Amino acid sequence: MDLFFQQLINGLSLGALYALIAVGYTVVYGIVQLINFAHGEIFMVGAFGAYATWMVMGQPANLSVGMALGVVLPLMLVGGVVSSVVVALLTERVAYRPLRNAPRLAPLISAIGVSVFLQEFVRLFYGTIPFVTRIPGWPDAKSAVPFPSISGISDASVQIGGVLVQASALFTLLALVVCTVFLWFFVNRTKTGRAMVATSQDPDTARLMGINVDRVIVAAFAVGAGLAAIAGVAHGLRYGNIDFRMGFLAGLKAFTAAVLGGIGNINGAVVGGLVLGVVEALASNYLGTTAWKDVWAFALLILVLVFRPQGLLGAKVVDRA
Amino acid sequence: MLEIKDMVVAYGRVNAVKGISFEVKQGQIVTLLGTNGAGKSTTLRAISGLLKLASGEIWFEGERLDGLPAHKIVERGIAQSPEGRRLFRQMSVEDNLKLGAFSRKDTSGIRAEMDRIYDLFPVLGERRSEAAGLFSGGEQQMLAIGRAMMSRPKLLMLDEPSMGLSPIMTQTIMRTISELQADGVTILLVEQNAQAALSLADRGYVLEVGHIMFSDSGQALLGDDRVRKAYLGAD
Ligand SMILES: Nc1ncnc2c1ncn2[C@@H]1O[C@H](COP(=O)(O)OP(=O)(O)O)[C@@H](O)[C@H]1O
Ligand SMILES: [Mg+2]
Repeated sequence: MDLFFQQLINGLSLGALYALIAVGYTVVYGIVQLINFAHGEIFMVGAFGAYATWMVMGQPANLSVGMALGVVLPLMLVGGVVSSVVVALLTERVAYRPLRNAPRLAPLISAIGVSVFLQEFVRLFYGTIPFVTRIPGWPDAKSAVPFPSISGISDASVQIGGVLVQASALFTLLALVVCTVFLWFFVNRTKTGRAMVATSQDPDTARLMGINVDRVIVAAFAVGAGLAAIAGVAHGLRYGNIDFRMGFLAGLKAFTAAVLGGIGNINGAVVGGLVLGVVEALASNYLGTTAWKDVWAFALLILVLVFRPQGLLGAKVVDRA
Repeated sequence: MLEIKDMVVAYGRVNAVKGISFEVKQGQIVTLLGTNGAGKSTTLRAISGLLKLASGEIWFEGERLDGLPAHKIVERGIAQSPEGRRLFRQMSVEDNLKLGAFSRKDTSGIRAEMDRIYDLFPVLGERRSEAAGLFSGGEQQMLAIGRAMMSRPKLLMLDEPSMGLSPIMTQTIMRTISELQADGVTILLVEQNAQAALSLADRGYVLEVGHIMFSDSGQALLGDDRVRKAYLGAD
């Protein structure tokens, strides 16, 4: 039984990571019907942005728990979120907005292009002033970069009965709870959030209300990027390193989670992420080895697409958060 | 107040509105009549900035409107209640009205506007927290008009407000429209129900396959043989 609960908590915390990324796929899809295939890279950029912030702070190490959790980690989160949001908004402006009225395939191809571009950009230029010089002391990102260890999280765990819960797993779950509350408030209580719901339901009528749809689209990209960046930091804390390819598989899993929950539906993204994480953890434990976990994750996607294409909670619109 | 000059609007390569000109004067009710597919909705959508003009000009209170994005046109004082009502069906009455006031920032003014609409349509006030999709066709039309009024428009454009309504409901809506006029709102009314629209209208324009065929005062058009034959079921 302990093993089951151990796998359940592993699955939930992994699922929370997927959920944080999945929200970005779903809000953007809900508004512009674009599968933003570069969203996994926005997650990766968030992790590297947080790392860069830590470098700029002078690589603080061996800190007290208070300093680490009260100062260093929050600043890294801010740095990660800012990096992701800036990059996401640039890509929206440069790669998607000009294609707003083009055939549906065009922005999709553009998104794949952005995805490759961002991976290569980080691989080639991280820690440099591009084409000029390397910044002394910075690692390059051609292979995995060890993520800073944060006292109180990286090395800590809690024992509950026979179950060992890593502090990084708790951090991810807590981040998901906080972000879900934030999303609920944003969607239901802010003017921009209401505009977002209206736009996802009926864009033309939203414009007749005086809603600036371009601004709503920017807000959707920004919210999705912010959550992905937090996921990027959570990923770094969980696995202890980050690399320029980390967005590929995580992005694909999160996209699966979004479809699983019902693409366009924010609650669906959260539920889909958690379900996917738990299925992956339990299946790899009870049905073969961990090497099979991706097989189960995508088998689940195919089953859902065949038997319940609208997803677990129903597709369509950013209805309620 | 509103002046349309040689407006051409196309979907792809097909012109739906083929060079029309007309005018709406301050305080008037002007109606655009025409059968299905004549180009009435296209005209309103172009004025609202949802469609781009292929050529021609739109002027409102001395300012050129064509080319402005839709939300700027709402800010200039033009609101539209679109064909088929297009309510946000899962949202409450109150939330629909709030979205109608999206362009405004004066919270107390918005509140007052909302109360005015609940006075005008008491059923909306009584059931303000229910989802818009749960209301009858006539009540939904009231909400669609109310929502458009929330921006305090100088010009209100209504696209077939009587569509799908019973004769009694149609009368109620038409009475509301003349009350709005009495309150100082200028109205551009698109209708297929020519009888109802012309009885209210100061002026009417008859649209056929993208052209304005003729225009006159509402009263004169009610008595016009061509209108009686084509739109009032007389033979
Ligand atoms: N979205 C659209 N795409 C292509 N053609 C359209 C579209 N909407 C309307 N049309 C065409 O434009 C013409 C005018 O339509 P519309 O303005 O809706 O007429 P009305 O409101 O007078 O019934 C019609 O021939 C119609 O088929
Ligand atoms: Mg029409």
